[in-house]
Amino acid sequence: MKDKIAEKLLLFIAFSAIGSLLLITFFIFQQGIPLIFKIGLGNFFSMHWSPTRGQFGILSMIIGSLMVTVGALIVGIPFGLACAIYLAEFSSKMVQKTLKPIIELLAGIPSVVYGFIGIVILVPFIRIHFGGPGFSVLASSIILGIMILPTIVSISYDSLIAVPNTYREGSYALGATKWQTVVKLLIPAARSGIVAGIILGMGRAIGETMAVIMIAGNALKIPHSMLDSVRTLTSTIALELGYATGDHRAALFACGAFLFIIIITLNIIAIRITGRRE
Amino acid sequence: MIVKTANLNLYYGSFHALKDIDLSIKENLITGIIGPSGCGKSTLLRVFNRMNDLIRGVRVTGAVLIDREDIHSPICDLILLRKTVGMVFQRPNAFPLSIFDNIAYGPRVWGITDKKTLRDIVERSLAAVDLFDVLKGRLKESALSLSAEKQQRLCIARLLAVEPEILLMDEPCSALDPIATGKIEELMLELKRKYTIIIVTHNMQQAARIADEVGFMLLGELIEFDSAKKIFTNPSDKRTFDYISGRFG
Repeated sequence: MKDKIAEKLLLFIAFSAIGSLLLITFFIFQQGIPLIFKIGLGNFFSMHWSPTRGQFGILSMIIGSLMVTVGALIVGIPFGLACAIYLAEFSSKMVQKTLKPIIELLAGIPSVVYGFIGIVILVPFIRIHFGGPGFSVLASSIILGIMILPTIVSISYDSLIAVPNTYREGSYALGATKWQTVVKLLIPAARSGIVAGIILGMGRAIGETMAVIMIAGNALKIPHSMLDSVRTLTSTIALELGYATGDHRAALFACGAFLFIIIITLNIIAIRITGRRE
Repeated sequence: MIVKTANLNLYYGSFHALKDIDLSIKENLITGIIGPSGCGKSTLLRVFNRMNDLIRGVRVTGAVLIDREDIHSPICDLILLRKTVGMVFQRPNAFPLSIFDNIAYGPRVWGITDKKTLRDIVERSLAAVDLFDVLKGRLKESALSLSAEKQQRLCIARLLAVEPEILLMDEPCSALDPIATGKIEELMLELKRKYTIIIVTHNMQQAARIADEVGFMLLGELIEFDSAKKIFTNPSDKRTFDYISGRFG
């Protein structure tokens, strides 16, 4: 009897979690989508964002989000992959046991701390050594690149570890060196997992808000270099929602809906890719 | 290419896995190594291409000479040794790449990039294991889509592509059905004209069918080494007789 009650209770809790997700989704779309139809898709994806004049074009923010995300991947993929390969193939058990939890701990640091480190160290460094305001695509890319490391490292590591040992033996038995084995065999064999890790990392980078607000500069224009300021979609929502009303508020929800669709798509792709392997 | 061992001992940590092995393997013959599970026959095979190096805590003493060179000496080129002494594993370990890339893997590792040369090598290697006619239109397909027998053939072809001289086979048919086994055995008899083959098997009938010389191992010792005919009809050691007549193992 007690078991039955516990089961029902857990079922209820599980479904209310899914239920709240559905409600959030519904709410975002219900608030945002009508505006897109009101101003038209063309205007929504135009350059001009000027809420006081009723212009709600999000193109410059999309480009901003895209630039910091690509920048984050440029930083995160080589470091993340190198780290995963070292951990999985070259390091001793001891090193693996210490290093992997530490890297996963990176995921647990609040993003405001990353932003703070960016403001205190990275932004002045870029301003002094490369010029520009310092609050820039470059600063955001580096910080976001570090923030997505745990995702890329742990998923790539897991998929490298999952490559059967018989493949490694087969490769060594043909006279391949360890490095050749990694490059020519293990990375192709673990490719789906590695790609999934990168896509999930990408989703994290697009969705990150706090750290980016603090170091990207938030200038509402299309950046011309890595040293220019940018404003991302997420920053715009966080910065403006506090005072937005009417159509402006609806436009921010429309941004949210757009982000939502992108991130869900990335996650579905990642799940598809990993699923196909098994 | 002659393989010789003298006073070969191997330890996994404190476990004495191979004890004073002295044997000499002749060119262009199939040498079978038989014995019950855990007798050290696979370990012995893995000495010849130094596959045991991959296992932590392995210590080898004594001499292993391949073509009169000590393979454990510091001047021995391990990579070259593994090219000369190829290995076929118990379970077919075709890589998750295309059929073409599987066979081209070794040559590419050895620095061959020319497309035409690679294609020639792939075709020749597949032909050597009688797979070319079956697979010639399907070289881009994944090797993992093949049957177990074809995968094992592919693994042998992959090996031949790097032009080895000695083939080590570690129970190459244990994952195959009897018909596939028969085909792989036929292939081995064909290959022995060009290669020296050492095969580990716990299938005595298989050793009797294909091996020219046979070594019987028990608990890390090489009990008897002689022509297959002698071992299977009139062994000198009582333990060999007991094993081949099925009293244990």
